[in-house]
Amino acid sequence: MGLITFFLLVLFAITSFYLGYFRSNRVRVIEKQRPFSLDKYYGYYLAIWSVVPAVIILFAILIFDGFIVKNYVLSEFYSQGIDQSEISLLFTQIENTRNGIKLFNSEDEIIVNAVNKLNYIEGIFDITSIITVFSVSSLFLLYGYRKINLNFDARLIVEKFILIGFFLCSLIAILVTVGIIFSLLYETVRFFSQVPILDFLFGTNWSPQRAFVRDAADAADIENAFGAVPLFSGTFLIAFIAMCVSIPVGLLTAIYMSEYAKSSVRNTAKPIIEILAGIPTVVYGFFAVITIAPFIRSLGGSIGLDVSSESALAAGLVMGIMIIPFVSSLSDDVISSVPQSLREGSYAMGATKSETIKKVIIPAALPGIIGSFLLAVSRAIGETMIVVMAAGLVANLTANPLEASTTITTQIVVILIGDQEFDSPKTMSAFALGLTLFVMTLILNFIALRVVKKYTEKYE
Amino acid sequence: MENKVKVCVENLNVHYGEKQALFDVCMDINQNEITALIGPSGCGKSTFLRCLNRMNDVIDICKVEGSIKIDGQNIYDKDIQVEKLRERVGMVFQKPNPFPKSIFENVAYGPRIHGLAKDKTELEEIVHTSLKKAAIFDEVKDRLDETGTSLSGGQQQRLCIARAISVNPDVILMDEPCSALDPIATAKIEALMEDLKKEYTIIIVTHSMQQAARVSKKTGFFHLGNLIEVNDTETIFSTPANDKTLDYVTGRFG
Repeated sequence: MGLITFFLLVLFAITSFYLGYFRSNRVRVIEKQRPFSLDKYYGYYLAIWSVVPAVIILFAILIFDGFIVKNYVLSEFYSQGIDQSEISLLFTQIENTRNGIKLFNSEDEIIVNAVNKLNYIEGIFDITSIITVFSVSSLFLLYGYRKINLNFDARLIVEKFILIGFFLCSLIAILVTVGIIFSLLYETVRFFSQVPILDFLFGTNWSPQRAFVRDAADAADIENAFGAVPLFSGTFLIAFIAMCVSIPVGLLTAIYMSEYAKSSVRNTAKPIIEILAGIPTVVYGFFAVITIAPFIRSLGGSIGLDVSSESALAAGLVMGIMIIPFVSSLSDDVISSVPQSLREGSYAMGATKSETIKKVIIPAALPGIIGSFLLAVSRAIGETMIVVMAAGLVANLTANPLEASTTITTQIVVILIGDQEFDSPKTMSAFALGLTLFVMTLILNFIALRVVKKYTEKYE
Repeated sequence: MENKVKVCVENLNVHYGEKQALFDVCMDINQNEITALIGPSGCGKSTFLRCLNRMNDVIDICKVEGSIKIDGQNIYDKDIQVEKLRERVGMVFQKPNPFPKSIFENVAYGPRIHGLAKDKTELEEIVHTSLKKAAIFDEVKDRLDETGTSLSGGQQQRLCIARAISVNPDVILMDEPCSALDPIATAKIEALMEDLKKEYTIIIVTHSMQQAARVSKKTGFFHLGNLIEVNDTETIFSTPANDKTLDYVTGRFG
C-alpha cells in the first residue's frame, strides 16, 4: 500500500500544482490584471493543500492501523475468555504463518481462519484508507481552488508553510535529544533501584561480571561490583594524556600555519593535517597496538620500567594525535581572523613577530582557542575504539599511565556486546554509564560556553 | 625661522609587485612641526607614511628604493634594527586599534617590550604621563583596569596616541587618525596634536583639507604616486605653484 499511495500522492500534487498554475493564468487573462503572486505560487499553494492533509491522515492511519486490525482479528479470542499472554502468543503465530514461516501448529484451523481474516481485513483497510485520504485531499483541493482569485496572495501562505516546515525540522533534532535522554534516564533509574547511586559514583571496584554470577552473589556483592570510580579515573587519565599531546602540538601548528607559513606551504600542509581527522579510529587502534604500545614497552624496558602491553599511555598518545586537527584547524581559523590592525599596532610599537603573537594575537584569539580545546576534550572523553584496542578492558584504579586502564565508553561496549539479559544490573549499568558520560560532556560544554563568554566580553 | 630637518627623504621609489606606487619622492620634514600629507585616494600618501617606520616590510611584494634619513641615518641601512626604528617612529592608525587588554596594559605594552621601566612604580609613571600627554588621563584614571575596547571611538584613538608616545619616540606618524571619529573627538585630537608637536615631530595623512589647513605648518600634495608640491600650508592653500594642487585644494577634483 505504501509505495502505491506515495506515487498517487506525488501524481496528485503535480496535478494540483498545474491546476493552480493554470487557474491563476486564467484569472490573469480574464481580469486583464496581474494577480498578487506569480503563477507558480498558486500552484505550490494547491499542491500544499492536496498533500499536507493527506500526509497527516496517512500518518494517523499508519500509527493506528496495526492496532485496529489486531484487535479486530483477536476480538473473538477475547470473547472466548483466553488469557492475555496466550492471545499475544497466538497473534505472533498468526503473523508468522501469514509471512510463510512454518510452525508446528500452522495447519490448525483457528490459525488458518485467523490468517484469512487478517488478510481480508487488511485489504479492506488499505482500500478504505486510500479512498479516505484522497477524498479528503480532494475536498481541501477544491477549497483551495475556489479561493484563488485576483486579490488572493498565495505567496505569503506558501511562505508560512515553508516556515512551518523549517520549524518542524528543528523540532526533530530537539525531540530526538529529549528522547535519548529519557530512554537513558528510564534504564538508569531502574539500575539505581538495584544499585545505590552513591556506590556507583564513589565505589572503587568495577567488576560487573561478578554481579552476573547470581548464585554466589549476595546483595552486598552486587552493590560492590558497580563502583565506577576506576572508569572515571581511566577516562580522565587517557583524556589528559591525549590533551597533553594535542594541545601543544595543535596550537603551535595553528600558530605556524596562520602566522609564519607561506601560503603555498599552508595550502598543502593544512589538508594533510586534516586527513588525520579522517582516519577511522579503528586504524588508530591498530597503530596504537601494533606500533606505539610495543615501542613504549621496549623503551620502558630499556630504562628498567615495567610497562604493561596494554597501557593508558599508548592509547592516550595515539588519541592525542587523532585530535590534533581539531585543535589546530579551529585555532588556525580563529587566529587568522584576528584583525590585521592589531598585528600592525603591535609591530608599530616595535614588537617582534613572536612578541606580537604571544602578547596580542593569542589573547585576542583566546575564546576560540579555548573552544577548540574543549571540543577536543569532549572528543577524547567520548572516544572508544582506540581505548578498546590499546588500553585494555580491566577496570584498574591507578594513576600510572604505564598500566592497563579502561574508560566509560569502553565498558559500555564490553557490557553490551553479545547476548544480554535486559533486566540484569550488568546491562543496565551501561545506561547509567551512558548518562554519566552525557552529563559530564554537558557540564564540559557548559563550562566551555561560560569561559568563552567571559573572555569574549573581555577581548572583543 | 625654520626648524631643523628631522626626516630627509631622497628619491624614494616604491613598488608593489609590478605596480609602482611612489615615483622619486623627495621631501624634508622639520622637527617639532606638523606636516600634513594630502591627496586623493590611492595617491601613495599612506604608502609614503608607512615607509617612514618600515611598516611596508610586512608586505612581501613591497620593494623600497631610495633613502630615508632620520637624524642623518638611513633607516633602510642593513645594520638598522627595525624594532628599534619603530621605537623611535611611532604610528597611529586610521581605525583605533587598542589591544584586547586593559587600558593600563595597552599603554604599558611598548615600555614592557623595550624594557623602559625598571620597576612597577616607574612603569606606572610612564603610563600615567603618556595618558596625561594624550589628554585622556582624567577620563580613564579610575578605570585603568577596564579593557581598552570599552572606550568610545575618540577615547580609543587617544589611547592609541598614548600608546604611541609611551616609548617616547622622536616622530609620530598618523594615518588619517580622525577619519573614523566625530567632529568633537576630532577637535580634541587636533588640540592634542598642537600640544604634542612641542616634543615630537608629527606627520599626518589626512583626507580633510580643512584639517590639514588647521593643524599643519607644511603640507605635501600627492597625486598618482608623485609628490606634486610641498610648501608652507598657507601657500599650498592660497597660491600653490602647481595647477593640480590648486584644482585639488579648491575642490575641483579628488
